[in-house]
Amino acid sequence: MTTTPRWRALTRHHLFWPVAVLIALLIVNVPFTPDFFSVKMTDGHLYGSLVSIVLFGSPLILVAVGMTLVIATGGIDLSVGAVVAITGALTCSYISDQTDQNALSVVFLAMGVGLVAAVVCGLWNGFLVARMGIQPIIATLIIMVAGRGVAQLITDGQIITIHSEPYKLIGGGYWLTLPFSIFVVAAVVAVTVLLTRRTALGLLVESVGGNAEASRLVGIRSTRIKIMVYVFCALCAGIAGLMISSNTSAADGNNAGLWIELDAILAVVIGGTALTGGRFSIGGTVVGALVIQTLTTTIYTIGVPTQTNLVFKAAVVIVVCLLQSPKFREKVFGARRSRNLTDPAPAEPVLPAAAAPKPPKTSTEVSR
Amino acid sequence: MTATDRKPEVVENGAASSRATRLLGDRRLPVLVTAALFLAMYGGGLRRYANYGFGEPQVFLNLFIDNGYLLVAAIGATFVIMSGGIDLSVGSMIGFTTMFTAWLVERQGLPLVLVVPLALGVGAFGGFLMGYVIHNFEIQPFIVTLAGLFLFRGLCLVISKESISIGDASVGTLAQTRVPLGVGELSIGALVALAVLGAAYYVLHYTRFGRRVYAVGGNEQSALLMGLPMGGTKIAVYTVSGFCSALAGLLFMLYIQSGDPLHAIGMELDAIAAVVIGGTLLTGGSGYVLGTLFGVLVLGLIKSLITFEGTLSSWWTKIATGVLLCAFILIQRTMTARRKT
Repeated sequence: MTTTPRWRALTRHHLFWPVAVLIALLIVNVPFTPDFFSVKMTDGHLYGSLVSIVLFGSPLILVAVGMTLVIATGGIDLSVGAVVAITGALTCSYISDQTDQNALSVVFLAMGVGLVAAVVCGLWNGFLVARMGIQPIIATLIIMVAGRGVAQLITDGQIITIHSEPYKLIGGGYWLTLPFSIFVVAAVVAVTVLLTRRTALGLLVESVGGNAEASRLVGIRSTRIKIMVYVFCALCAGIAGLMISSNTSAADGNNAGLWIELDAILAVVIGGTALTGGRFSIGGTVVGALVIQTLTTTIYTIGVPTQTNLVFKAAVVIVVCLLQSPKFREKVFGARRSRNLTDPAPAEPVLPAAAAPKPPKTSTEVSR
Repeated sequence: MTATDRKPEVVENGAASSRATRLLGDRRLPVLVTAALFLAMYGGGLRRYANYGFGEPQVFLNLFIDNGYLLVAAIGATFVIMSGGIDLSVGSMIGFTTMFTAWLVERQGLPLVLVVPLALGVGAFGGFLMGYVIHNFEIQPFIVTLAGLFLFRGLCLVISKESISIGDASVGTLAQTRVPLGVGELSIGALVALAVLGAAYYVLHYTRFGRRVYAVGGNEQSALLMGLPMGGTKIAVYTVSGFCSALAGLLFMLYIQSGDPLHAIGMELDAIAAVVIGGTLLTGGSGYVLGTLFGVLVLGLIKSLITFEGTLSSWWTKIATGVLLCAFILIQRTMTARRKT
C-alpha cells in the first residue's frame, strides 16, 4: 500500500473515526446553510450553529461522561434518564414551594436536594451491582422503571413550572458571552479527565473493568471503585437534570430525559469505548455526544422532515457499530488487509483474522 | 467472592437445612414464588374489593383480554432472554405494527387477510436482520436492538405523524367478537395470546430448538463445542422475538383500534420486567414460559388493583413494578449464589 506511516498512525488513533464522522456531519451542513460555521455576536451573546450544538448537547455530554466510567468498569447504567427526571422534579418542586423563588439560598438548597437524591440513586445502583453482584443492566433497570413513577409522584403527575432567575442561569443563561452550561460541562469534563488520567483512578477503573476479580486479588478495592463510578454517573445525570429543567423552567416527570440513557450509551459507543469495559476514552465520548447532537441539528438544517430523525439516527448507529466491529471490517476490507499482513510476514499466516483487530488496541495504549 | 464466603456456612448447616437448600436450589422456585404472589394479590383483592365485583370470573378473564398483547410480547422476550440476549426493539416494533397495519387498511384499502401476514412477515424479517447482525458481526445485542428501537419508531413517524384510527368493518367485528367460556368471555386477542403461550411452551420444552435456546443461554462456549448451530439458534431467537412483537402489535391494534406513532413506548421494559418477575434468569439458560405468564398476570393484576382502588394514581403502577422487579432480582441472586457453592 502507498499509505505513509503517519497517515496510518492517524487512522488508527482511537479518536480518528469519531472525529471523522463529526467533521463529515458538520461539512454536510455547509451546502444547505452556507454560514453554518459563522458565529455572530448579538446582545453580548455568541450565536451560531456551533454554539447551539454545544448548548443543546451539554446535558447529553454530561450523562455520557458519567456513563463512560460506568461502562469502563464493564457495567451499564440504564437509570440515568429516570435520575434526570427525579432531580429536575425534586428541585423544581422545592423551588416552587418557596415564596421568594429568586433567592440564591433557595436555589442552592433546591439544587442540593436534587443532587443528593441523584447520589442516593447512584448509591443504590452501586450497592446492587457491587455488593449484591447483580448484573448492572438489571440492577439499574429497577430505577429506570420505578424512577419515572417516583418523579411523577413528586410532581403529582403535573408539569411544575417555576419562575426563578438564578436557576434559569444553569441551563439557559449566558456568562462571558457563552451559554453557562458550556462552562459547567467543561468543568465536569476537565475534573473527570484530571482525576482519571492524572491520578491512578482511571487505571483502577480500567483494571476493574478488565477483570474485577483479578483487580481485587492484587489489592484494588473493586467494590468501592464500582460504587464510586455509579455515584459519579448518577451525579452527572443529576446535573444534567438540573440543566434540562432549568432550560425549560419546568419539571416534567414523564418526559424529562426520556431516552437520554440510550443516547448516552450511543455516544459512548461512537466514542470508541467498548461495552465490554476495561478501556475508556472521555474525549471520544464528548465527540460521540457531539456527533449525536450534530446529527439532530443536521437533520433540521438540511430540511429532512423531522419525523425521519429517528430513522437517520438508527442508520448512523448501525453504520458506526458496523465500522467498529472487527468482524465486519474483516469481512468487508478483510481480503485486502489479510493479504497485507501475510505478505510481509509469512511467519504468522495462521491467524490473520485474529491479528487484524489487534493493532488499533496497542496503538491506543501507547498513545496514553 | 460471595460464593467463597458462603461455602462454610452451607457445609456446617449440612443435613438440617438440606431440604431448604434443595428448595432454594430448585429451578422452579421463582415461578412458584411468582404464582404464589399472584394468588396472594388476587386473594387480597378479593377480600378488599369483594363488594365491588372483584370476585367475578370476568375480572380474572379481563386480565387476559387487557394484557394479551403484553403476554405475546413477553413470550418473544422470553426466548431472547433465555438465550442470554436482550431485545429492546419490542415496544417500537409493536408501535410500528399498529401504524403499518392501520396505514395499509385505512389508507391503502388492503383487506385484513392480506395485511396480517404482511405485518407478521415484516416483524419476523426485522428480527431476523437484527439477529443476523448480532451473530455475524459480533455486536452486542443491546446496541443492535437499540438501533432497531430507533429505526422502527422512526418508521412509524415516517408513515404518519398523526394517529390513524381504524374504521374498517372487519377489524371492528374482530375486535368486538367475544368467545363465551361458560363463566365469562374472552376476546380474540386473548385467545391468540393463549395459543401463542401453548406453542411457545411446546417449542421451548419439547423441541430440539428449545433445547438449543437453553444451551446457548447457559453457556455459549459449551454449546459451540457441543456442535450446536449457534448462529442459527441466535438468529432464530431474534426472529421469533420480532414475530411475537409484530403479533403483539396486531393484538394491540385490535385492542385499541388505531395506529399511533406513540403507541407502546417503553413496552419493552414491561416485557422484560414480566420475564424477570416470571423467574427467567437475565443471564440466560434458565426459566419457564409459564413463569412469563405469571409475570404478565402479576403486572396486569397490579393495574386492575389500582383501578379498583380508585384513589391511586397511575404512576404507582411503575413504582410497584420496580419494587417487584427488585424483589425478584434479589431472589434470583440468592438462588444463583447457592447453586454455585
